[in-house]
Amino acid sequence: MTTYLLKRIIMLIPLMIGITLITFSVIHLAPGEPVEMQMAMNPKVGKEAKERLTKFYGLDKPLHEQYFSWVGKIVQLDLGRSFSSDNRPVLDKIKERLPVTISLNVIAMLLEFGLAIPIGILAATSRDTWLDKGITVFVFIGFAVPTFWLALLLMYFFGVRLNWLPISGLHTLGSDSWGIFHYLWDLAKHLIMPIMVASFGSLAGLSRYMRSAMLNVISQDYITTARAKGLPERVVIYKHALRNALLPLITLLGFSIPGLIGGSVIFETIFAIPGMGQLFYQGVMSRDYPVVMGILVIGAFLTLIGNLIADLCYAFADPRIRHGEG
Amino acid sequence: MDFTHSYFNSIFWPRIRRNRLALFGGSVVITLFIISLLAPLIAPYDPSAINAFKVLSHPSWQHWFGTDELGRDVLSRVLFGARVSLKVGFVAVGIAVSIGTVIGLVSGYYSGLVDATLMRLVDIMLCFPAFFLILAIITFLEPSIWYIMMVIGLTGWMGVARLVRAETLSIREMDYILAARCIGCSHTRIIFRHILPNAVSPILVSATLGIAGAILTESALSFLGIGVQPPTPSWGNILTSGKDYIEFAWWLSLFPGLAILITVLAYNLLGEGIRDALDPRVKR
Repeated sequence: MTTYLLKRIIMLIPLMIGITLITFSVIHLAPGEPVEMQMAMNPKVGKEAKERLTKFYGLDKPLHEQYFSWVGKIVQLDLGRSFSSDNRPVLDKIKERLPVTISLNVIAMLLEFGLAIPIGILAATSRDTWLDKGITVFVFIGFAVPTFWLALLLMYFFGVRLNWLPISGLHTLGSDSWGIFHYLWDLAKHLIMPIMVASFGSLAGLSRYMRSAMLNVISQDYITTARAKGLPERVVIYKHALRNALLPLITLLGFSIPGLIGGSVIFETIFAIPGMGQLFYQGVMSRDYPVVMGILVIGAFLTLIGNLIADLCYAFADPRIRHGEG
Repeated sequence: MDFTHSYFNSIFWPRIRRNRLALFGGSVVITLFIISLLAPLIAPYDPSAINAFKVLSHPSWQHWFGTDELGRDVLSRVLFGARVSLKVGFVAVGIAVSIGTVIGLVSGYYSGLVDATLMRLVDIMLCFPAFFLILAIITFLEPSIWYIMMVIGLTGWMGVARLVRAETLSIREMDYILAARCIGCSHTRIIFRHILPNAVSPILVSATLGIAGAILTESALSFLGIGVQPPTPSWGNILTSGKDYIEFAWWLSLFPGLAILITVLAYNLLGEGIRDALDPRVKR
């Protein structure tokens, strides 16, 4: 286990270097100097900003020097200062937005897995019946629905038509002075639609995956043995089969992280939620390069950490890895 | 090519013909091709003709899908929007599949250090939330349909690369490859003449499914205002006004969204159908 852990952590180093290299090349992707571009696109940014950018990225130095000085700053968590009028350090901006995005995504993920696992089991155990076919239709439609369109439909139906749920932000104006329960109820109402949208995205794929994992396990010999010795079907499915079917799902948990983080741009923008996705979108629209590059690096590192955690969970759950030489 | 032809006639076509969902997907895709080609002929109005007297009018016999905030006919705009999605789908996936195929072939064939390096590159690319990477690159470029297609392609080849690599690894060990080596075929010839044709099925399947993904990404980008720029109609940017006028005009949100849904569904069904038809393990 310890060797496995060490191996996994050492493997992270080339990946981290790769992430910085790709991010760095994105900065240099722009035809011409990014600073010139910045000036041309946004005349509001004055000469001072141009000097600041040139200084921060060291754009007047040779490429390799630029890269090393930039990475040196990233290692010290210095992501530069935002171009927007508040001129604050990018890291501070991300720090205050990150908890919102992470908690929303964690809730969405729990909901996703909480729904996908029973749906997948149901489809697998009732294979080729109308129920399985119904779930398959739902899955295919789920794959094809653009999440932002779903958000619009929900907004129209629950927000405009029925007027049940608020369509933007996290709090009603003046909710600070309310009692704690009223305040939390208000927050929950604001969160229902964004979380529905966030979790819907991968729900279809996850249930499909769970179905095939379950079918795969059910066809194995040890399940036939369990049935042959007369165990009730309930025990066979939920005790013997489920445990092994859940294993590959852990890996999927890691893979679904970049999708969730990326998807937060869409639902945070639509529902006006002050998270990292919205910050990223605002950065893109105002060409606030330090914010965009900072979030890109942070987003990739978050994915890397998420994958590592998923791998460790997998190793912990699977005795073949836990007790093996790794 | 004779072999491919007979394979198509004897196995692929009879199998896919019995798959009603795949046939449905295929016919929707063909219909979309026709719509994009003939959009100027079948659209009832000029998609950019502004009519100040008919701003945000409800769906009616004159305007089946209603009109938008400038009085433009939504049906005509949706029909013309099919062109954008088709173009983006094919070009972006063309780029992604070409890169992914070459990397997968080279990686699987040469193995060793080359393989390790290329697969780490795949791992690194997969660390970036795809949507973040696309948005970040577009920040540095002018928003235009060509950049969108390029960027979607450049950020979407990793899945294909992994599939093709896995396929190459198993083909490489076959006897006919050894035979080709013995008679002195060059590596390039073996890769492109002997391995590639046998790795076509996973490529075809992931290309079809990839088009669906590319169309979804383009519509999301256009919806956010970073993709196809108005006045060119795309399904995503019609939905942007759908959001702005959501309290008055549901039709602006409903119809372009349905167009995306049906198109993506069709490509997915077709892709799954092709997968089942090409998979020798599936017996019918």
